Amino acid sequence: MTESSFIQVKNLVKYFPVYSRGVLTKKLVGQVHAVDHVSFSVNKQETFALVGESGCGKTTTARVVLNLIEPTSGEVIIDGENIFEKFSAADKQERLKLRRKMQMIFQNPYGSLDPRMTVSDIIAEPMVIHGHIAKEKRADRVYELLNLVGLEEYHAERYPHEFSGGQRQRICIARALAVEPEFIVADEPVSSLDVSIRAQILNLLADLQKTIGLSFLYISHDLSSVRQISQRVAVMYLGEIVELADTDELFDSPLHPYTQALIEAVPIPDPKVKNIKARLKGEVPSPITPPSGCRFQPRCPRAKPSCAEKHPELFEVKEGHSLSCFHG
Amino acid sequence: MTETLLRIEGLKTHFFTEAGVVKAVDGVYFDVRKGESLGLVGESGSGKTVTALSVLRIVPQPGKVVEGKIEFEGQNLMDKTEKEMQSIRGHKIAIIFQDPSSSLNPVYNVETQLKDILTAHAKMTKEECHKKILDLLNIVGIPEAEIRMREYPHQFSGGMKQRVAIARALALEPTLLFADEPTTALDVTIQAQVLELLEDLKKKMGMSLVMITHDMGIIAKMTTRVVVMYAGNVCEIAKTEDLYDHPRHPYTALLLAAVPRLDRKKTLSIIPGNIPNLIEPPSGCRFHPRCIYATEKCAEATPLLEEVEQDHFVACYEWKNIKLKGESKRSD
Repeated sequence: MTESSFIQVKNLVKYFPVYSRGVLTKKLVGQVHAVDHVSFSVNKQETFALVGESGCGKTTTARVVLNLIEPTSGEVIIDGENIFEKFSAADKQERLKLRRKMQMIFQNPYGSLDPRMTVSDIIAEPMVIHGHIAKEKRADRVYELLNLVGLEEYHAERYPHEFSGGQRQRICIARALAVEPEFIVADEPVSSLDVSIRAQILNLLADLQKTIGLSFLYISHDLSSVRQISQRVAVMYLGEIVELADTDELFDSPLHPYTQALIEAVPIPDPKVKNIKARLKGEVPSPITPPSGCRFQPRCPRAKPSCAEKHPELFEVKEGHSLSCFHG
Repeated sequence: MTETLLRIEGLKTHFFTEAGVVKAVDGVYFDVRKGESLGLVGESGSGKTVTALSVLRIVPQPGKVVEGKIEFEGQNLMDKTEKEMQSIRGHKIAIIFQDPSSSLNPVYNVETQLKDILTAHAKMTKEECHKKILDLLNIVGIPEAEIRMREYPHQFSGGMKQRVAIARALALEPTLLFADEPTTALDVTIQAQVLELLEDLKKKMGMSLVMITHDMGIIAKMTTRVVVMYAGNVCEIAKTEDLYDHPRHPYTALLLAAVPRLDRKKTLSIIPGNIPNLIEPPSGCRFHPRCIYATEKCAEATPLLEEVEQDHFVACYEWKNIKLKGESKRSD
């Protein structure tokens, strides 16, 4: 991996246990293969996107990377340190230090802000927890952050319900920036917003990246916004990465049949481009009993009998473009 | 000239809430022609869903149609009794909702839900009914229909549920179908399947389709004419290609420019500000506080729709003085 990579994710696995419903007994009957041997890296000042349909494991990946849920196995390395080891071993101070490096922006700005706190309390709370900004200076810093995300100083004393969805998402972004993180996970940050507001937030994220030099892990099912904001993309299907490449390369010359089908399914806002095709039949199988061999094989238009027998590994087709398909 | 199926004139639907009167639909004009696919596009709160509910006269409390004419096949629906409306709903005009999980009844199996519709409007024997349901489920592409019709909505995936909802809406072969964000709750690959199905069925049955959505991509793909709504008003009506090529209303142009597209990167333009509060909407043109072309007049009087070329209407005082870029011609 390159020297400039900030976060390296290696062979990340997260299985959720499934129990049978007994009155007194609880029996393990299976596992949801939410994330299965996922590896990628996010470079410094880069926006790396994870795309896929619901249930493909993109959000679980993000949460495990931030150690919000424990991984089943695998490593996440930040600045040369394995953070899972640090999280389990280190004392509280060390953990806080690690947490300061990474923050998250959630999908629903209505659910992620405490309705009983004022905006200034919300944005100052991380400063209180981490104590990296002296008490007297906190108010000024809150104003600075509000300006940075395009809100006004008088907004500080208001409550979340007084804001629209787009403004709330700005508050969430300000809160995430309060600890001066190096890395932000943005999980569908614009999907609950209106079309005219989405562009505002996407542009804000892009601007912040330029001015502060942040790294983003951008999680979304919306391919158009991914093309707009990210530099590199990984496409996930049923817990696995099936293709990974530079954004333009991936969208202009996709190699994996799933990526191709996904791209063809997105309607383009231009009546001259009558592109969309429902190339995929059927639906995503259960992640509890994923198909044998290649997980996409039952829906794949190019599948051969051998695809059900052997599991394709992600390999580099050319520099920076990886693929897990035998026939790509 | 194609025949008009539905004509809406000056429709006003208001919600009388404790906080005040929400003017969700406030003077809407457009028509739906026989056999066409019309797009109704706008952001949340623009009044597109309430317009559809008003046509079917199923606006929920505390909402009420306070003014306007809804002419369907030459008759004003506002004059109909509730009983007469019941024979129009489903039979002539049907609707598919956004969320199939909540629009299907969880305690009845699929067969029962479809049977209810069929038997409510026509006399049928058990066998006829069973066969018709089987046909319907086959048409909407539900595999193993014979078995699956005895299953309950929770046993279906989101895409399959929406297919059941479509089967239910089409059971009586309506002449007008409202599809209210029918694919917003679905994944893209499933969305493509459902859109393809809708297009097929529309062709086969020759009905008119009103596609309600905020997705400019779906509008481009599915419709031949578009009505753009903003804050309870119609701001532009045009043929789909015209609208994308040369939008006349500043809001339409900004909306098009604010949507990212998959086939190329572009500079996203921003629509400043937020969607207005509909209890006290802005005076005059409702878009004027966010419009860079607004003049004093725009704040004072409400612009009416005027025909700027054939089949292209715009409600803007300044349309002659401004040059707007369309989506297809942008090259950045």
